[in-house]
Amino acid sequence: MKFIDEYRDSTLVRSLLEKITKAASRRESYRLMEFCGGHTHAFYRYGLIPLLPDSIEMVHGPGCPVCVLPISRIDAAVELAGREGVIFCSYGDMLRVPGSNGKSLLKAKAEGADIRMIYSPLDAVKIAGQNPDSQVIFFAVGFETTAPATALALKQAEQQKVDNFYVFCNHVLTPPAMQAVLDYDGSSDGEEAGDGCLIDGIVGPGHVSAIIGSGAYSFVAEQNRIPLVISGFEPVDLLEAVLMLVHQINEGRAEIENQYARVVKAEGNPEAIRLMDEVFELHGSFEWRGFGMLANSAQKLSSTYAAFDAELQYQVEYPKASDHKACRCADVLRGLIQPEKCSVFGKVCRPDNPLGACMVSSEGACAAAYSYGGAMEVNHGS
Amino acid sequence: MSRRLDIEHGVIDMSFGAGGMASAQLTREIFAPELSNPILDRMEDGAVIGMPSGRLVVSTDSHVISPIFFPGGDIGSLAIHGSVNDVSMMGATPLYMSVGFIIEEGTPFSTLKRVAESMGRAARDAGVSIVAADTKVVKKGEADQLYITSTCFGVVAEDVQIGADRAREGDSVIVSGFIGDHGAAVLACREEFGMKVDLQSDSQSLGDLVAIMLASGVDIRCMRDPTRGGLATSLNEIAATSGVGIEINESAVPVREGVRAVSELLGLDSLYFACEGRLAVICAAKDADRLLACMQSHPKGEHAAIIGGVTGKREIPLILHSTFGGSRVVSVLTGDQMPRIC
Repeated sequence: MKFIDEYRDSTLVRSLLEKITKAASRRESYRLMEFCGGHTHAFYRYGLIPLLPDSIEMVHGPGCPVCVLPISRIDAAVELAGREGVIFCSYGDMLRVPGSNGKSLLKAKAEGADIRMIYSPLDAVKIAGQNPDSQVIFFAVGFETTAPATALALKQAEQQKVDNFYVFCNHVLTPPAMQAVLDYDGSSDGEEAGDGCLIDGIVGPGHVSAIIGSGAYSFVAEQNRIPLVISGFEPVDLLEAVLMLVHQINEGRAEIENQYARVVKAEGNPEAIRLMDEVFELHGSFEWRGFGMLANSAQKLSSTYAAFDAELQYQVEYPKASDHKACRCADVLRGLIQPEKCSVFGKVCRPDNPLGACMVSSEGACAAAYSYGGAMEVNHGS
Repeated sequence: MSRRLDIEHGVIDMSFGAGGMASAQLTREIFAPELSNPILDRMEDGAVIGMPSGRLVVSTDSHVISPIFFPGGDIGSLAIHGSVNDVSMMGATPLYMSVGFIIEEGTPFSTLKRVAESMGRAARDAGVSIVAADTKVVKKGEADQLYITSTCFGVVAEDVQIGADRAREGDSVIVSGFIGDHGAAVLACREEFGMKVDLQSDSQSLGDLVAIMLASGVDIRCMRDPTRGGLATSLNEIAATSGVGIEINESAVPVREGVRAVSELLGLDSLYFACEGRLAVICAAKDADRLLACMQSHPKGEHAAIIGGVTGKREIPLILHSTFGGSRVVSVLTGDQMPRIC
């Protein structure tokens, strides 16, 4: 398949692995974080982690939209979905995330709430048009990748004068989360959290960067002095990005480099950015799972679109809720521990019975480690 | 005698489920002409069938597919192929079927007619007779147009011993052709994706292919048609039941370009896509080439390939080796695969 096969070429992959192994022998350890859940999934799916030299440790980042949404917002979604006359539309990934007492949207649906899985927010606008007597709420989640589609749906609803369409907006932003990962000093946490996450380099988001551009991460290099390489999602992409990071680290450089130039431009996608600017404004403070409240880290509907804002129209409340005591999703999301270090991983917490969000989404580090992780034992055992 | 049904314009109303004249008319004018055979045509409360020699094999499947018409098939042909293939996987010859229809009020007669025609055709192709049938009508909104439950009866010779518990270390794993066509074709034609991919479901009966495989004399250890849950699930089940491990090579698994495109686009794994006209078979390694050649000599096995082998018992039942030396676990899915959102 064009644009895919050349990035899965076995000769190229082997040659990259040789180069990485050679280059990564200069230091004892290279701790690299792949920020984006899509990358975490790809590293596991292609079985790349066991092929990397022992000196390279891949640390999983918080770039999984399902994972970073705090339990209070899941509870709010379940509450909204259960209201009389509401049709609640959500991406499939969100349905199984457990809220307080394990209550998920999927369970609320089984109990009678009208919850529909959709693939595009435009479908929710369509459903609103077809059901004029119901109020249709779209559960908008995701980073800068899904936000433009929400913006487009809002524009369409406005143009078509659909007045029973609402957005429960939970769009979060990548750069503040990256900042939070890098700034975390390990001050507030348990035994393994001592020094913060100490990363030497970042495999930067691919899809997000296609929207916001490679320029959005300059603080990583300039302030934090950490190299970042934006990467695609195929084996050749990921290994090239790892090699570029190892070279930067060896040479003492901290630059923003772009391995995914076939998709990501320095300026991003101006049309999508313009659309988001038109429809959204910054949320003063937004709660993230694992990070707590982060300033200017999310988007909400601008005042022009207030009539579509489910939070304003329904007076959504966020009663204090806490994650399952044994769940260490927060530490996983901050890159402090590997999923396997969590005491409930693979035991009580499994994809069929997730205690935390990281075990739900295919982009979640715990789900990826659980589904594919045994490959490490396979390779070492055979 | 009431007027004939207006098949072009009419729709099912609740009276067609009341068991009276309308129900009889529905059977007589829509289903009976397509499914007719001497046993069914007697319209008794039960079908009386002479028992053929051998052991009886029975399999039941319910079909709730959406949309009911898809490229390469429909719910009617699928209801035949699904149950017939399950019986064939036991090495049996499928002979008779019983089918039940749950019809939603408001479903057009023309839809039912089209489904009945397709069922009749599929049954004749598979060499089975539908000897018992039932229809029920439910209120609008209580079903999605049409659900079909089908049961197939077949016989298997005494000396055929196929079972998911018979895979042994050193055996070979063969698939009969491209995997995932059905799952990908159905996903792609769903309105919400708006994809334009030229894909056809692989829905077909496998009885004739299985017959020549049995005739080859090779000891077939295990055989499964990888329907719901796809090849990944079938092989996991065999590994668990036999207490062995299975390893497959990614580059050896036949997957069409279009299927790969759908899986890449939606972020799904084609190993979990349903097939409705393919089989996975396990035999001793020494027999593998002979069985493969036999399968490839039949049109339904033209693209058959040896995709891997059986190992001793291990903690991870199914492992996939990628072309560049990476390996990963292929686990059993928890629920449906969900398209990615990032």
